[in-house]
Amino acid sequence: MLEVKNLEVAYGRVNAVKGISFTVDKGQIVSLLGANGAGKSTTLRTISGLLKPIAGEIWFEGERIDGIGAHKIVERGIAQSPEGRRLFRNMSVEDNLKLGAFSRKDLSGVKSDMERVYDLFPVLSERRTEAAGLFSGGEQQMLAIGRAMMSRPKLLMLDEPSMGLSPIMTQTIMDTIRGLQSEGVTILLVEQNAQAALSLAHKGYVLEVGQIMFSDTGAALLGDDRVRRAYLGAD
Amino acid sequence: MNAIIPSEHKIRFRFVGRGTGITAAVLMIASIMLPWAYTGAALDDVSYWASPSPLQIYFAILAGLLLVLLAVPLVGKERLGKYAKLVAWNSAAKVAAVTSTVMAAVALISIALELGGLINVMIGAWLALGGAVLSIIATRYLPDSPEPRLEDVASPRWLQILAVAVIMAAGLFAAATALGYDDAGSFLTFAAFLAGVILVLKSFGFFDWLSIAGAANNRVLVLSAFAVAFAFPFTQNGSDANMSIASQVLIFAATALGLNIVVGLVGLLDLGYIAFLGAGAFTAAILSESAYSTVNWHPPFIVTVLISGTVAATLGLIIGAPTLRVSGDYLAIVTLAFGEIFRITMINLDGNDGPNLTHGSNGIPAIPDLNFLGFDFGVSHVILGVDIGRFANYYWLMLILLAIIIVVFTNLNHSRIGRGWVAIREDELAAEAMGVNTFLLKLLAFAGGAFLAGLAGAVKAHHDVSVTPDQYIFLESAFLLSAVVLGGMGTVLGVLIGATILKLLPEKLRFFSDYRLLAFGLLMVIMMRFRPEGIIADRRRALEFHDKNEELAEEVEEELITHHAHLNPDPKGFEL
Repeated sequence: MLEVKNLEVAYGRVNAVKGISFTVDKGQIVSLLGANGAGKSTTLRTISGLLKPIAGEIWFEGERIDGIGAHKIVERGIAQSPEGRRLFRNMSVEDNLKLGAFSRKDLSGVKSDMERVYDLFPVLSERRTEAAGLFSGGEQQMLAIGRAMMSRPKLLMLDEPSMGLSPIMTQTIMDTIRGLQSEGVTILLVEQNAQAALSLAHKGYVLEVGQIMFSDTGAALLGDDRVRRAYLGAD
Repeated sequence: MNAIIPSEHKIRFRFVGRGTGITAAVLMIASIMLPWAYTGAALDDVSYWASPSPLQIYFAILAGLLLVLLAVPLVGKERLGKYAKLVAWNSAAKVAAVTSTVMAAVALISIALELGGLINVMIGAWLALGGAVLSIIATRYLPDSPEPRLEDVASPRWLQILAVAVIMAAGLFAAATALGYDDAGSFLTFAAFLAGVILVLKSFGFFDWLSIAGAANNRVLVLSAFAVAFAFPFTQNGSDANMSIASQVLIFAATALGLNIVVGLVGLLDLGYIAFLGAGAFTAAILSESAYSTVNWHPPFIVTVLISGTVAATLGLIIGAPTLRVSGDYLAIVTLAFGEIFRITMINLDGNDGPNLTHGSNGIPAIPDLNFLGFDFGVSHVILGVDIGRFANYYWLMLILLAIIIVVFTNLNHSRIGRGWVAIREDELAAEAMGVNTFLLKLLAFAGGAFLAGLAGAVKAHHDVSVTPDQYIFLESAFLLSAVVLGGMGTVLGVLIGATILKLLPEKLRFFSDYRLLAFGLLMVIMMRFRPEGIIADRRRALEFHDKNEELAEEVEEELITHHAHLNPDPKGFEL
């Protein structure tokens, strides 16, 4: 469904992503793991069109999408919940969700999808007119995921959804992600919390300083000594 | 001040405080029966015994408010019922004491300045000021009121509509009276009175209730506001001076509303906005039937006004397309330069340095009055026995234009496009990630705002009779921006108020003109310190500026969670 080929991205003269390739198959959860500065978020931002690659190609459903502009990529069916959530803090829950559906023209569909998000996260439903900035971290993450879902994406990219959340809330979010996948949404998950991400993922890629070091199925990576040593705190 | 008086004193002395305050208020009311000035030349003649002038009566009204606020709580909590808790009697009394002191002080200083020395100030003015100061001290001994929650009081619909109508009529009366004062002393004293009444009602909780009532009867509110604005020329009895000011205010306000799209909604800083007004004005002047017009085509005004708007919008596109891709700071510099380039270009299109289009710095004079469908805007009419002059005609035209602009602005603000604009202002990257075409929307805002300014410019050309480049200097852009920031970015009402203040004050305080910029600078600094969201706060903006509110909200939220856990020992997840 999504294929990234030899992608290179640079900030000025600094290469943040140095030629990575990976694929995401339809209906799967694929996870990109790695420490700070490994190039995970840069990769996501490039896929969603916020950054332009200096080399490489990105293919989505058989069409090349690198460099076509962020709003067109959303229209093709890729949605992103950015790192640090980046909600519109002074706007209401409802307006945030409506903005998630900005690229859509079918008003009735937007309305029913909004109700679906409210069903998924009842907390949001009860406080739909309140400003997003007034919500707790976990609730904001729910809203960020809900907002990304509002464009009815085929591929949902989540950038560190567990960041700054309590273990209980992280579990809630991970359960939500599994639920979305079972409904047929393909998910590309970027995480530092390797335990949580790998227990969900069908496939995992481990990034270090802009390169993919190795990849395997989620379960295999959870048992891999190198991963255990580097990311799971085992000796 | 509050911290100085220990709370046990407040409890011990509260009856003394209330009693002294009531006495002070009675003294203040009594003072209007005494002469305030030695001769009649100061204010609106305050030199008589037992024959108060209007300004003295206004002072008595403010003092009367203080008296009522202090006296009503004496009837006791039982009889006041819910009104004991839902309105802020004591806070409002404190504000009334302070504002009536300000009013008395302004009046006294005006008398002294206008008549040449404090010797001309008579016993009445001193009694008014002394009583007011005494009331400040007395009200300090009152306990603080809880936050007013007058909006919680259910009120019948007829009362809400009546309140809206009364406020509108009061606004009309206030505007007419304020414009009627020609000397700065009277004007400032009256302004102090108005500010006093508004602040007292605000701290009492009245405006919270009124905004709820207004929102519930939105149509009534809008229609009555328009009716009042429409009726305004009838209060002026043919005074061209005041109607000229009023129509200038409307032109300024229409331009500021255009700028409000760019600055208030999208958050782009434009420092050369006056150029778009100028583009509209020059286009209309060149296409007018002035003898100095340089083009041999004179379409009817309805065509001219659209061309003016289009020319301004095109300029907006030309300046916006290359610059809107860069971040905010660069845009501010580019627009600043654009404003200057526009002015200098208009000077250079004089036949020597370029084609003769504008007659250079002389501009295009003798622009004839509008003739719209056979209606000559230069002719006076007598309607309902009132002389309606040339400027009143333009005032009504601008009022219609402004109404259209307000409708366009509010519809845009609540549309999908408006939501995209505000998203760009809040977080451009996130907006882009949501699929908002940020470049296109910014360009649309730029061109749309410029179009509105161009429309206003077309009317301005005929209103002012002549158009010259030196009307469109950077200072005017700065004033436009100030009107938006002062009134409240992103709001309609705020920008209307801001534009009125910034256009009206210089006209009425001409003696002050040398220090005008100093005063505006101070005003802006004070505003940014105490009310950065402007006079009227946009709901989203207010949150942006007051992070403390968020902390407070988080605290309240935590308390609620604890409270909830206490009531419901087996909570399901994190639901509140």
